[in-house]
Amino acid sequence: MLEPFLFFLFAVLAVVGALGMLISRNPVQSALWMVMTLFAVACLYLTLNAQFIGVVQILVYAGAIMVLFLFVIMLLNLEATPRLGGLDWKKGVAFVLGVAVLAQLLVILSLRLNAAPTLLPAAEAADATSVENLGLALLTEHAFSLEIIGVLLLAATIGAVLLAKKRFV
Amino acid sequence: MLTDFLPLFIMVVLAAGLALTLLKLAEWLGPYRPRAVKSSPYESGMDPVGTARERYSVKFYLVAMIFIVFDVEIVFMYPWAVSFKTFLEGGGGLASLAIIGVFILILFVGLIYDIKKGGLDWD
Repeated sequence: MLEPFLFFLFAVLAVVGALGMLISRNPVQSALWMVMTLFAVACLYLTLNAQFIGVVQILVYAGAIMVLFLFVIMLLNLEATPRLGGLDWKKGVAFVLGVAVLAQLLVILSLRLNAAPTLLPAAEAADATSVENLGLALLTEHAFSLEIIGVLLLAATIGAVLLAKKRFV
Repeated sequence: MLTDFLPLFIMVVLAAGLALTLLKLAEWLGPYRPRAVKSSPYESGMDPVGTARERYSVKFYLVAMIFIVFDVEIVFMYPWAVSFKTFLEGGGGLASLAIIGVFILILFVGLIYDIKKGGLDWD
């Protein structure tokens, strides 16, 4: 009884946050609406017994990534976005692409919803996604992936310095 | 389990509720008579000049970017730290240390690069 209630509560919060992000004229307000969406999604992860992903979602996305977004907004010095004018070909292309993605999502959803999902028992799911079991899997089965992630993060570090530091020696 | 997080949810709701209640209570109980002068932002007694949203230096962005990389790095080290005791008991302590050591070593190259290129210098 509790779980459907929580799911719909956080799902509605996430959708409201996403709509607020799209509707608000001020870019900083848009970013703050997005924080709400990210928090709601983190709560959805918690209801799925994925505690670690939920906490990381708040720490990394709602914390660090949103700070980066706000920095970009302030770097570009964006004023309030102007109201939408008349139609031009860019908006037409954007509309067609948006409808195509929506149709694709709906087809995937309708295909998946017909097949009954196999659910793990809650206790088993919570155990499988505990931080300790994640660590065991990460360092045994997925050790190579971990090193590849290290290389990806190395590329990100070097890329950030390359982009932001213009005065090279 | 989901019910384990119930206290957390209750705390979040209480914190948000308390903050909103206090804000609304202050507005309701106290006298609220805004005027143009009273509502204007205070800038050391002078009339405010320009907009509040100045352009920021790219230096802040660089620091934030490097911070995120190390933040994500910690996220991957955290499960290792929690499961290290199990690895020790199972005899895989050294092997797990070596795997995470290679991970840290790869990222250490990035840190050296940052320091050498002056990515962590402010000026």
